[in-house]
Amino acid sequence: MDLSYSDEDLTFRDEVRAFLDEKLTKELSDKIRLGGDLTKADMEGWHATLNAQGWLAPNWPKKFGGAEWGAVQRHIFDDECARAHAPRTVPFGLSMLAPVLQKFGSQEQNDHWLPRILSGEDWWCQGYSEPGAGSDLASLKTKAVREGGHYIVNGQKTWTTLGQHANMIFCLVRTDSTVKQQEGISFLLIDMDTPGIEVRPIILLDGSPEVNEVWFTDVKVPVENLVGEENKGWTYAKYLLTHERTNIAGVGFSTAGLATIKRIAKAEMSGGKPLMQNPYLAARVAQVEIDLMAMSTTNLRIVSQAAAGGAPGVEASMLKVKGTIIRQEINDLARRAVGPYAMPFASEAVEGSNEPLPDPHEAGPVAAQYFNNRKLSIFGGSNEIQRGIIAKVKMGG
Amino acid sequence: MNFDLTEERQMLQDTLRRFLKDRYTTEKRNEILNSDSGMSADIWNTLAELGVIGALFTEDQGGFGGAGFDIAVVFEELGRAGVVEPFLDGALLCGRILADAGDMDRVEQIIGGEVQMALAHGEPTSRYDLNQVETTAKDGVLNGRKAVVMNAEAADVLIVSARTSGGVADIEGISLYAVDKGAKGLTIQGYPLLAGGRAAEVTLDDVTGTLIGEEDKGYALLKDAYAIATVAQCAETLGAMTKATELTQEYLVTRKQFGRPIATFQALAHRMSDLLIEMEQARSAVIRAAGYFEGDTRIRDINVHAAKNLMGRAGRLVSEESIQMHGGIAMTQEYELAHIAKRITMADHRFGDTDYHLEQFIALTQS
Repeated sequence: MDLSYSDEDLTFRDEVRAFLDEKLTKELSDKIRLGGDLTKADMEGWHATLNAQGWLAPNWPKKFGGAEWGAVQRHIFDDECARAHAPRTVPFGLSMLAPVLQKFGSQEQNDHWLPRILSGEDWWCQGYSEPGAGSDLASLKTKAVREGGHYIVNGQKTWTTLGQHANMIFCLVRTDSTVKQQEGISFLLIDMDTPGIEVRPIILLDGSPEVNEVWFTDVKVPVENLVGEENKGWTYAKYLLTHERTNIAGVGFSTAGLATIKRIAKAEMSGGKPLMQNPYLAARVAQVEIDLMAMSTTNLRIVSQAAAGGAPGVEASMLKVKGTIIRQEINDLARRAVGPYAMPFASEAVEGSNEPLPDPHEAGPVAAQYFNNRKLSIFGGSNEIQRGIIAKVKMGG
Repeated sequence: MNFDLTEERQMLQDTLRRFLKDRYTTEKRNEILNSDSGMSADIWNTLAELGVIGALFTEDQGGFGGAGFDIAVVFEELGRAGVVEPFLDGALLCGRILADAGDMDRVEQIIGGEVQMALAHGEPTSRYDLNQVETTAKDGVLNGRKAVVMNAEAADVLIVSARTSGGVADIEGISLYAVDKGAKGLTIQGYPLLAGGRAAEVTLDDVTGTLIGEEDKGYALLKDAYAIATVAQCAETLGAMTKATELTQEYLVTRKQFGRPIATFQALAHRMSDLLIEMEQARSAVIRAAGYFEGDTRIRDINVHAAKNLMGRAGRLVSEESIQMHGGIAMTQEYELAHIAKRITMADHRFGDTDYHLEQFIALTQS
């Protein structure tokens, strides 16, 4: 066992630092640091910057245009990006759809879709959840009926994150209703401009237009857009979910969040002393920092195991639960640290007035983030679902 | 970066695990627990021959290990098997003090398993404060009282801390002395411990001792030895927690109530999942404490404090939940979990508890 970085790792770290120094604008990093909303152009711009460097797809094999980094390199990159307040990449095409295509898609599909993900030509969103199929995803009802060279799709998807920006959606659809639920699902790629698709925003409790409902009425999808085999979609969906969960520990987010709390609590005064010296706050911050240190090592252990050939299975569920508990605790601490200035509805207070809000510690949207991040323990398979998976794997039944 | 054990450590782990599985059964431990001495000289000697003590010291010190990971491997196995013999206090803690002080003859005896040692440092009012020493030494004559001294009755030699200058809480002015058992004026009032082994209240009434290391400079020796002992304690607790978790998992799968294995009840399944998650956290905390031990002292201390705090929290969860999920059977002395759960909980009282280490962590990270 050896916890230190090799010389090669350190060289790589310097390279990442130099890249971030040079390419990450202050405007963009300030937006991240202060918890502002990124525009579509912000996200596309950052993707293009990373792509020019060959770093947009760290997990992809080189033959598909990826960086094919190992676990340690990915950890270093994520860590440096978090410290520099760099944006995260948009995962739907890069780390959700792409691994499925690479494993189960046809040569034509890979040749066509993968370069477009890298170039930014396509913005993908995920059509999984439905109003009646949340944690019980396999009960989904959106139907696809084969008619000649097309599938005719009818139904409704929901919680479609950033669907308002997307031109493509990958969907789980029911292609056979006569068999066991899991055996009648297929994986379809659908152009969002096809007639019959309607996207309606859902405003979340923090006011953000982050997710959408997507309605499908007699939408015609060419059969070439079926991934893998008909009725095998559930296998691909599960494969995608394990990839979705690889990064779910959110070590980078938590590292940055912890730094924010310390920054605020050192500047904020309470009883004539910096708030950071309040023993109750100090204890909670220290405790979550200790948990995060351990989880960062757990994450590395699991990711290196996966890199050595083992697929992240039950361990990914463990990271999901612990990672989200830590992130939500950090959100709660940040909310408390800013005191009464947690209350203004930041986006409106900032945008709706000529007078800037008196906000000495750049506390802005931490309370909105607290509410927004309640989602962490719900999405990607709720934490209860994850606990069920862990128990099932470890104790059978 | 690499998370695999070296070949040598893997071999040590395998050997120890096999030996303890065969020889250190629950019945054997109960027999030892019920004996007057609370330990088995035979087990001590056999483990010393297997290299358990040698692994705790560097080659310079006459051993063949001595790094954080060597210590972690040994104590995790001792913890998993619930070994009550005082390797942590008698061999590691005392041995590392003597090695740092340059007393290599005694270290050699310790590695050979020929001598039993005890550290008499804590006092009735010092709690976990390393610098609080009221016992005095003048011209090598010691007076005072030492509290909860592990292995005191069995020890051939006690290492006693005493104040040779400064105030009771000063870091400077603490000196260490070797005191032979049977020394005139030395009183040892022994008692069994809840989680196995024995300790004693030690009274020193004009006892003559021999200085170890430099006068007034004992604190640095204590601090380093406590740091490695804390890593060992965390590893031992990790082993015990692993055992408790395994027993509980097995029980949930085999125990049937209302016509089905109780593992299938969601209320229990989810709690078991939480234990397994915390076990991964605990293992990571120990890996960090061991892995950063040889580097920068501040980084070392941050990770040691972090580990002991996390082990305190995770250990309490594992011990309490294991008992609760077992139900009545875990309340019996005879069942293996009883001893393991006590070990995990009592470990929190060694070398600073959960709160103490949180406080130290805060002092290092938030100043």
